[in-house]
Amino acid sequence: MKKVLELKNISKKYQAKNGEIEALKDINFCVNEGEFVSIIGPSGCGKSTLLSIISGLEPKTEGEIKVEGRIGYMLQRDSLLEWKNIYDNVMFGLEISRKKTKESQTYVEELLKKYGLYDFKDKYPNQLSGGMRQRAALIRTLAINPKILLLDEAFSALDYQTRIMVTNDIFKILKNEGITALIVTHDISEAISMSNRVIVLSKRPATVKNVHTIDFEMENRTPINCRESPKFSKYFDTIWKELDVHA
Amino acid sequence: MHEKNISEDRKKYLRKIRANKILVILTQLSILILFIVLWEVLANKKIIDSFITSQPSKIIDTFLNLSSNGLLKHLGVTLTETLIGFISGVILGVFIAILLWWSKFLAKVSEPFLVILNSLPKVALGPVIIVWVGAGMGAIITMGLAISLIVTILEILNGFLNTDKELIKMAQTFNATKFQILTKIVIPANISTFFNSLKVNIGLSLVGVITGEFLVSKAGLRIFNSIWRPSF
Ligand SMILES: Nc1ncnc2c1ncn2[C@@H]1O[C@H](COP(=O)(O)OP(=O)(O)OP(=O)(O)O)[C@@H](O)[C@H]1O
Ligand SMILES: [Mg+2]
Repeated sequence: MKKVLELKNISKKYQAKNGEIEALKDINFCVNEGEFVSIIGPSGCGKSTLLSIISGLEPKTEGEIKVEGRIGYMLQRDSLLEWKNIYDNVMFGLEISRKKTKESQTYVEELLKKYGLYDFKDKYPNQLSGGMRQRAALIRTLAINPKILLLDEAFSALDYQTRIMVTNDIFKILKNEGITALIVTHDISEAISMSNRVIVLSKRPATVKNVHTIDFEMENRTPINCRESPKFSKYFDTIWKELDVHA
Repeated sequence: MHEKNISEDRKKYLRKIRANKILVILTQLSILILFIVLWEVLANKKIIDSFITSQPSKIIDTFLNLSSNGLLKHLGVTLTETLIGFISGVILGVFIAILLWWSKFLAKVSEPFLVILNSLPKVALGPVIIVWVGAGMGAIITMGLAISLIVTILEILNGFLNTDKELIKMAQTFNATKFQILTKIVIPANISTFFNSLKVNIGLSLVGVITGEFLVSKAGLRIFNSIWRPSF
């Protein structure tokens, strides 16, 4: 399988007035094309730092990153611009990167239609539900045609029910568009339900503690239907124990 | 939305909003009228000295004789001075605020100076300004500028620096340049700050100009003041 992302010996130290903070230490892993990989780890261990480094927003201290194709990055909050309507919001990434062409416009309109936001394109963000806002933010990211999508707790602002539905939605959309995903989450169930592999990080400075391959041996697996598999709770228990900070 | 499609509830809601708006305006008008009536009555009863505070009927009288007493001309002068002071204050203020937002270094360096300038009684600068700019309209406009400029800079810079960091990070995920972050995120996110500072500033500019006129006054409302009450 083709590797689209490869991290070699990534380390990160933040410099602050009151000293040095070592956030990441010697991180190694790779992500294959079409794969969904989750990253899970204790609060403050350096998960967001890792994504910021991969996206290039934050410089790394050591190591090497190889990326195939464009990276899209979805943050925890949808960060829709309240002064722009939904259409202008989803066009924002293209506007910034000056790629607003006829083709890209048609593509965005297709995405809006496909994912049920077309009728809302003239509405403003505060007129949409949380789930719809998140979908709009996703379309804004998809518009720039990313090969890999980084999601940093992209669903944590949603209530439980919406969250399950939106995860399911977004999973399908990403599979549909053939996008590789690297997902940071606090939620073990979410990590298991969405991914092919779960990377467990240690406390800060984060190192890769373990990598779990998740396989439900199901056709048409979705984040909702895989929860019914007997293997689900097995995976859950293993990862739960591993995250247990006493270890 | 078509008129026909409006539901009863929506109509009720719209009616309520309109009624509320009317109520606010009516109350404001009543307060204004009450104030003027009280002023007139108290002046007539000699409870307040109309020599110092004037009196609505006299003001109306003066306004009715606009052309003969030259109020119009003076009003025009003051208005022009205020507008020039105000507009240049806003443009310069926003420009400097952008500069300071752009360069953290400049912002750090200028911070104590801005704070001191802001706390300075600008009226005290009056004589200095007259010496520098000359006793004319220029000095008056400079006065208006001096009073409003620093406040504008501080207020707008503060708004800029408090722009939602997540929005900026979002723009950065699309590789936005600093200039794009400024024009597409920081400025639009601060439109309300901008209008608030306009509101405060038009008042401040007027204060500045009137102060300037007190010091220089060849023309304008202030000189009119002295013609009107020559003994004062
Ligand atoms: N810009 C920064 N400067 C200095 N230290 C930072 C900076 N950003 C993060 N850190 C520190 O690095 C560590 C890792 O932060 P990070 O946000 O990556 O953790 P996280 O795993 O995403 O946490 P959470 O689960 O709460 O989202 C934390 O101790 C944090 O205080
Ligand atoms: Mg985080």
